[in-house]
Amino acid sequence: MTPLTELREGDELPPLRVPRISRTTLALYAGASGDHNPVHIDLDAARKAGLDDVFAQGMLSMAYLGRLLTGWVPQDRIRSYSVRFTAITPLHAEPVCTGRVTAIEDDDGERRARLDLQVALGDGTVTLSGQALIALT
Amino acid sequence: MAAPSAIGLSTPPSTVDVERGRLRLFAKAIGETDPVYTDLDAALKAGHRDLPVPPTFLFCLEMDRPDPFAFLTEAGIDLAHVLHGEQSFTYHALCHAGDSLTFESRITDDYERKGGTLRFLVRETRVTRGREPIADLGNVIVVRQPEARA
Repeated sequence: MTPLTELREGDELPPLRVPRISRTTLALYAGASGDHNPVHIDLDAARKAGLDDVFAQGMLSMAYLGRLLTGWVPQDRIRSYSVRFTAITPLHAEPVCTGRVTAIEDDDGERRARLDLQVALGDGTVTLSGQALIALT
Repeated sequence: MAAPSAIGLSTPPSTVDVERGRLRLFAKAIGETDPVYTDLDAALKAGHRDLPVPPTFLFCLEMDRPDPFAFLTEAGIDLAHVLHGEQSFTYHALCHAGDSLTFESRITDDYERKGGTLRFLVRETRVTRGREPIADLGNVIVVRQPEARA
């Protein structure tokens, strides 16, 4: 792997492929995260809200994308991390997390990489798009 | 008719303890395989003083309030119509199992789009450990208001 000090604009992070999302995945995440919003775990509640089925918590995908970052650099190098949720993640989806360096810059007395981040599904739907700032020095 | 603006609504500070068991369950739920997040020895070897709190878990700790969706009720919003629009974290220091963290939040913006069929609420949360800043969270929720079209 490229040492962080040699990182360049355009470099890509090793992608993270997440196993297929099941109802169990959603139930586990609801319990572990403390987000008990029933539209993610209770089919009756989802239908009452006008949906065909439950769908994944947005923050579950943000956590996957966080794993892409912490699998790449020690967590204390992450200065900021933000996402926009652009589409719902349906059941049985297989999200893929990717990241790319868009700039290397000096800020607050340290060298930092600016990243563009994305979670996409097999059919090309982008469910999350985000950014992170990573300290390199 | 538009609901009264929720700008300025705030949640009083609340303090939560970060627990190892909870961090391990979260790691399992997100498929985390790095032992630093589940195995105390691995965490200590990596220079941590206990299991670290992963990047998005601060959002979960914020949900540990007795009634985490109270601000929605106060703003006249039904949870069933809510979607998460954006989430951001700015980090000032790592935190670990055993820490007591204080969360304090307020609504900083409230506006409608698409002829009033979508309402956006922006909420900012400050996380501290004693007097030390830990992180700032930004949260945008989108509320579907289809009745506004009528």
